[in-house]
Amino acid sequence: MAIPLLEMRGIGKRFPGVVALDGVDFHINPGEVVALLGENGAGKSTLMKILGGLYQPDAGTVSVNGSPATIHTVNDSIGLGIGFIHQELNVLDNLDVAANVFLGREPVLAGAFKPLKLIDRRKMNADAEVHLRRLGLDVAPDTLLSRLSIAQQQLVEIAKALSLNARLLIMDEPTSSLTLTETSRLLDVVKDLRSQGVSVIYISHRLGEVLEIADRAVVLRDGRNAGTLNREEITHERMVQLMVGRELQHHYVAPEHEARANFFEVRDLETERYPGRKISFALGSGEILGFAGLVGAGRSEMAQALFGVDGKLGGKLFLDKQELNVQSSAQAIGHGIFLVPEDRRQTGLIVESTIRENVSLPALQRYKVRGLINRERESQATEAVTKRLNVKTNSIETLVKNLSGGNQQKVVLAKWLQLDPKVMIFDEPTRGIDVGAKAEIYDLLRGLAASGVGVIVISSDMEEILGLSDRLAVMHEGRITGILDRHNCTEENVMRLAVGGER
Amino acid sequence: MRGLLTHSETMKKELGIFLLLVVLCAVVSIKEPLFLSATNLQNTARLIGAYGIFSIGVGVIIITGGIDLSIGSMMALLGVLLSMMLTGSHWTGPLAVLVTLGVAMSLGMLHGTLITRMKIQPFIVTLCGLLFYRGLARFIANDETKGFGNAAGFEKLQSLATGRMLGVPSPFIILIAVSLVMWLVLHRSVFGRYLFAVGRNEDAARYSGINTKAIITAAYVIGGLLTGVSAILIAFYTNSISPSSHGNFYELYGIAAAVLGGCSLRGGEGSVIGILLGTALLQVLQNLVNLLGIDPSLNFAVMGAVILLGVMADQVLKNRTAKSALSKT
Repeated sequence: MAIPLLEMRGIGKRFPGVVALDGVDFHINPGEVVALLGENGAGKSTLMKILGGLYQPDAGTVSVNGSPATIHTVNDSIGLGIGFIHQELNVLDNLDVAANVFLGREPVLAGAFKPLKLIDRRKMNADAEVHLRRLGLDVAPDTLLSRLSIAQQQLVEIAKALSLNARLLIMDEPTSSLTLTETSRLLDVVKDLRSQGVSVIYISHRLGEVLEIADRAVVLRDGRNAGTLNREEITHERMVQLMVGRELQHHYVAPEHEARANFFEVRDLETERYPGRKISFALGSGEILGFAGLVGAGRSEMAQALFGVDGKLGGKLFLDKQELNVQSSAQAIGHGIFLVPEDRRQTGLIVESTIRENVSLPALQRYKVRGLINRERESQATEAVTKRLNVKTNSIETLVKNLSGGNQQKVVLAKWLQLDPKVMIFDEPTRGIDVGAKAEIYDLLRGLAASGVGVIVISSDMEEILGLSDRLAVMHEGRITGILDRHNCTEENVMRLAVGGER
Repeated sequence: MRGLLTHSETMKKELGIFLLLVVLCAVVSIKEPLFLSATNLQNTARLIGAYGIFSIGVGVIIITGGIDLSIGSMMALLGVLLSMMLTGSHWTGPLAVLVTLGVAMSLGMLHGTLITRMKIQPFIVTLCGLLFYRGLARFIANDETKGFGNAAGFEKLQSLATGRMLGVPSPFIILIAVSLVMWLVLHRSVFGRYLFAVGRNEDAARYSGINTKAIITAAYVIGGLLTGVSAILIAFYTNSISPSSHGNFYELYGIAAAVLGGCSLRGGEGSVIGILLGTALLQVLQNLVNLLGIDPSLNFAVMGAVILLGVMADQVLKNRTAKSALSKT
């Protein structure tokens, strides 16, 4: 048997009060793509941070190419040929592509100028070009990073790792901010790198991607190895089962009740992002209408315009045949139209505040007695709604930043469910949320629809949007290019419409 | 149970600065018993009153994540206006007071509008205010020092600044009243909750249906109003308003008191009690410099050093709690 590129044996790591890793084994061969799976808190990040030199293991050994390796610092890790592509990109968007790739290792002009350490731009650009081409990234090396899309910036970061002679790339949820096409392009890059002999550890909650590219899937649960699946053994069911230790329902469930048609109607909505492009659709009460499309298709802008937070240039909204005036989020909320925004930590929540302060924020007027907030009423209402949504916490006075992603999302939901929702808009509702909590969010979403709420779901997770939607609208550059009925909701149809093709 | 984390943290900070204040007072009174004399206590209380009111105003603005650098200049402008209305134009006291407060609130409204509608940074808006109002004050006063003479005709008004009730200086009583109202507004009202929400995360506040622009503008109007109240008291107290120097650095006293009292310049943090304690601490420090015979030229140096030490101690404590919290996860 060939010597693995990297082998970790019996890795243990404990933090005060918690055993994060307990005797975990992991190996990867040259030119292999291994998916590392597990719920949040399963130990994936800890294991990878040990490889990245950010944590020291308490037990176990690491060897690279068969010889023992010690990784005390980030530089040790880089020296061993390990490149870490973090979920949050580490790029400087005020610098250009080449400067990012060679940050801290800029080639210096030779000759008389040498003592001044002037940067050799020509060499830097030429060297950067080589790595960009290897990744199929077609931008000039002197393009400012701020002009690139997230997907392109990510490729720049990969180029940086490759320029450091990385033989092993760790990619932590690389597709969480990418569109469908960008995602498939990135997967192609990963396949390409594999054929060039680079190994990739691929961490993702999106099982469809794992299915597509992984040669092997290693699953962790509660800091231990839960199992390994070889290429031919990888299926959705097996992965989920190993991750959560039980079966989960992920497939489309037809609603039990007939939706009341045209409950909420949008006519000729025009957003500032796409002036001149008009969006019209109707949503039934009790219906889940999905919105698929590429990032930048204008779906989030549409949601923000419906919620009154982003300027809209024109259009009319009708709820139960009544025309609505929505110029601000306060007005939208007054009509029972709520948005669960895409960026939970920036727009959905005040993470430095408590659960109570977050949940009660849109409802404070209800707890007012003689101009002052009645704390008791506020706390009772918050307790009730957080319990109903099964938010896992000791106290409603816990700061939101200390909650897991899934629980944070439930706090956002709690904000709205205590008011009386008529139309709920979800923008990427499960981004960064682990499988177990995802299933809970799906149940909540279906429950809302069953209770007669009109539900709009925007998602770039193909599996999710196909599994949730009663009907599926696909957008491309500010327009709805088609609305698919349940029976033609297929990945191919969605992709064709998402890139602008007509039905 | 309520407010376990955030609120107890604020209280810890308040307790810390309160202890510092007590220790400081004890040390000074041991070294110089005159500190506890009625006259000295009254004088200090009077100054705490006058400075505390506008410091609370600065605090409200800082809680939104903003700043107000124009307070000192505004005070000179308002003082000059007040003097000219009363002694030059012989307006009645109440009318002059109303106009002064009206001007102060309008300037706050102007700042708030420029910040929220034109999206100019608060630092720049109020820096321009600092320059502009100073120049305006000097111009309308012909660069002459203004005062109220013997205040004939508006003695009552003057007594708000210089008088006493039951031995307590009136400005201190006014401060207590203002503090009570502002405590309710900041810590118990819906507006107060919105204010902290906007300061912590303006986007999330907006996405929760809060009219963030109105909240921020209102904070500057409140700041203007409280500056106006202080301006009237301080004008009468000094009874000599030199337009080129009156109120110099007062914005910095206000910011220092707010920061010492636990307001974060990032916004979203602060309390009325903290700001009061911060103001008191600054005044006692000045008093200490006088009483202990420290070279008065070191006045600012002492103040700067104490503020720096206070903020450093706070940071050390914060890092320690952050570390212990991290090790628990």
